[in-house]
Amino acid sequence: MIRKCVFLLGLFLALGSTSRAWAQDAYTLLASPSFDSICQGVQELGRSDDPRALPIISALQDGELFVGADHSLFIRTPSGMIDTQTGKSAPNVSADKLKKVRLNNPVREAIDQALGSLRLFALDPTRRRLAADAVLHAHDPLALPALDRAIAVEQDPDVRRAMTEARAAALMSAPDASTEDKLAAIAVIGARGGTDSRAILEPLRDQPPPLGPAAAAAMRSVDHQRQFWGVIQSVYYGFSLGSVLLIAAAGLAITFGVMGVINMAHGEMVMLGAYAAFVVQQALGPAWTGTSIVLAVPAAFVISGGLGIVIERTLIRWLYGRPLETLLATWGLSLVLQQAVRSIFGPDNRPVQPPGWMNGDCHLGGLTLTLNRLVIIIFAALVLAGLMAALRLTPLGLRMRAVTQNRTMAAAMGIATPWIDALTFGLGSGVAGMAGVALSQIDNVSPNLGQSYIIDSFMVVVFGGVGNLWGTALGALTLGIVNKFLEPFAGAVLGKIMVLVMLILFIQRKPRGLFPLRGRAAEA
Amino acid sequence: MKTGWIMPAVLAAAVALLAVMNIAVPAGSPLHASTYMISLAGKYLCYAILALSLDLVWGYAGILSLGHGAFFALGGYSMGMYLMREIGARGVYGNPLLPDFMVFLGWHDLPWYWNGFDHFAFAALLAPLVPALLASAFGWFAFRARVSGVYLSIMTQALTYALMLAFFRNDMGFGGNNGMTDFKDVLGLPLQADATRVLLMVSSAVILAAAYVLCRAIVSSRFGKVLVAIRESEARTRFLAYRPESYKLVVWVLSAAIAGIGGALYVAQVGIINPSEFAPANSVEAAIWVAVGGRGTLAGAIIGAVLVNLGKTWFTGALPEAWLYVLGALFTLTTLFLPCGIMSLLGWRTRSRKLAEPALRGAAREATG
Repeated sequence: MIRKCVFLLGLFLALGSTSRAWAQDAYTLLASPSFDSICQGVQELGRSDDPRALPIISALQDGELFVGADHSLFIRTPSGMIDTQTGKSAPNVSADKLKKVRLNNPVREAIDQALGSLRLFALDPTRRRLAADAVLHAHDPLALPALDRAIAVEQDPDVRRAMTEARAAALMSAPDASTEDKLAAIAVIGARGGTDSRAILEPLRDQPPPLGPAAAAAMRSVDHQRQFWGVIQSVYYGFSLGSVLLIAAAGLAITFGVMGVINMAHGEMVMLGAYAAFVVQQALGPAWTGTSIVLAVPAAFVISGGLGIVIERTLIRWLYGRPLETLLATWGLSLVLQQAVRSIFGPDNRPVQPPGWMNGDCHLGGLTLTLNRLVIIIFAALVLAGLMAALRLTPLGLRMRAVTQNRTMAAAMGIATPWIDALTFGLGSGVAGMAGVALSQIDNVSPNLGQSYIIDSFMVVVFGGVGNLWGTALGALTLGIVNKFLEPFAGAVLGKIMVLVMLILFIQRKPRGLFPLRGRAAEA
Repeated sequence: MKTGWIMPAVLAAAVALLAVMNIAVPAGSPLHASTYMISLAGKYLCYAILALSLDLVWGYAGILSLGHGAFFALGGYSMGMYLMREIGARGVYGNPLLPDFMVFLGWHDLPWYWNGFDHFAFAALLAPLVPALLASAFGWFAFRARVSGVYLSIMTQALTYALMLAFFRNDMGFGGNNGMTDFKDVLGLPLQADATRVLLMVSSAVILAAAYVLCRAIVSSRFGKVLVAIRESEARTRFLAYRPESYKLVVWVLSAAIAGIGGALYVAQVGIINPSEFAPANSVEAAIWVAVGGRGTLAGAIIGAVLVNLGKTWFTGALPEAWLYVLGALFTLTTLFLPCGIMSLLGWRTRSRKLAEPALRGAAREATG
């Protein structure tokens, strides 16, 4: 009865338009002391196209909505009170004379729903898109009128599609919608795909025909899509693992692949690079997290590369032509380096903070790509490209290739072969250091970091074919992808064992790897 | 052949002395050898067996295995399974049918491959047999494909790494992460008793001596001469109508079997076996024992194993931080300055061109590119 009166009052006050009358009614409802009325007010405001609805309901949610003596509503802002009727500030009204509009859980729920449909009209397209997604997840039939209006005025095609999908989802749970509309809605949702679409379709499956079978068919198509994207996702994970392997093995492809030196301390070069990232970050302080990781890349290259040159000059050059002895000597070196790092930095893991721009993930179709993995894939590609360019285009690269192809002839042409050896080894070690910076983002920075990569790295280089950077890249990606496809069937550990066994068998079939060197270089 | 009896004689003397010092000399005397010393000596002897088996393939056939620890550990697991069955109903859970870890995992039946391990003879047979089977499968593939040198070394390392990952899994039925321990007795003799420990040490010494004599016989036979020829130049040996892969396979399998026996004795004396025995680092460490002692000398492998492990025991007790530095330095300095090991200091004349003239080979590489 009261409501009727209020409604009449609202009509009376209305200035012509019916929506105005709706809104007017809602304002009065909001001003009433009863929670039920407030609830209703929020719902009606949410369904209206009143431009002031969004600020009012947001204010209510934040507890900034107040009722005056004459049932007029005010919003409190930092700069003073604002009258909702006029939209102008009301300087002579103060909050302590007003009564706050109270909230309880049903009201909060109503607010959430109302905001969901109101945000469909937000100015920012991304917010409209988010609102459409929220309505899709709620699939509440009450949002239908708002959706219809929003779709009618929407210009952005992406947002429009999201809204159409949300409308379809809402239609499906609307009891009074026609069968044709529902069938169309099922088609829309089925085409959308994704886990949540399946959840929306699920309740319809048990309906009588034609709805039930249509929903079941749509669910099957969603499942097919999911399987498809699942495969793509596995390929991506494999790519990601492969790029990690590639980055760890790239340096080894130079020292072992090109020079033929078995450097068992290669993993420790990687580990030193990771510690370089830690030290650079500590030195620059927390404000520079974003840039420190970028600065750490050249720092790690210089540190590991410099150490590599020292190692070549003092240790490895005495052992050329004795690969097994080189193996043992560098193994000893790796023990010393590990213990040295343990003595300096302690045995525990050291945290390297991820920079802000590497956090989060991006979506591509049904794919979720974590940004840090994506950055590492790109970094691995850059390192590979840089290495190839260094070997092919620079004078140093020319000399390196000359020395590995024909040492005597290179020396006769005036190349200082011992120094080229040292620089080549330094280059490989430096690349290992850069790999360490990348690995510091996805692995624990501890003295044992290198050990976990050394066997894998050797496998990649041997699998790809010694002395061939393309082979190393392909080998790393193949191993990564095979590993990730085996994991769902066999589990992580058993998958790794199977890959190792397959590799052992493969090397026995093709002892020189995927891309063996041919011609003279093969006999060297 | 006169020098061939020096090593067994030294071994016999040392072991007899230790045994007497443990049993006959009273506990208060400074000459008394404690039980700890006895089991330590037994452990070193087992390491020496491993080193000997490695020297047989590395020193004479030129195959540097970085996975010999796997054969050692497999032998150890075989003995561990027998000792586990010996516990019977005396485990923590008191289950007469299943070992403790299976009860813990909620298993109801003994896996089929545990059948037979109730009998010592069966376990003693499998300790060398399982490593030998694995080695023959691996070697048959590898040697026929002519995988050699560093490639083979890395593959053996991958092999032991894969086995380590496998044995870490609980559902393999070998105790997973924790392995097997809490052994009570062997052949009815309590493992904690002094007499049993002395007995185990003496049997380790006897088996080491027997293995040494066997290896000596092999390397000084015609067969051994061909092995050395393969080490020096595999291609040339093949051109002389020998089949290097067959020779390598035979010595490889034999070496794995010897390593397996060493592992079995080891587990009986240290009282635990777990997957970390498969760790690649252990196998590489075994290679350094051989290198320190002098590869291609057999006796050197035994000396190296005992000396390096004495050093390890002392350092990890007195200066734990420094041990890895020392071990690392041993690796690098031995290969750089003492390529023929301690045996060359003892006046052992090496007959290997490869070992004696590294400088020449370096020069040859410079010359041919």
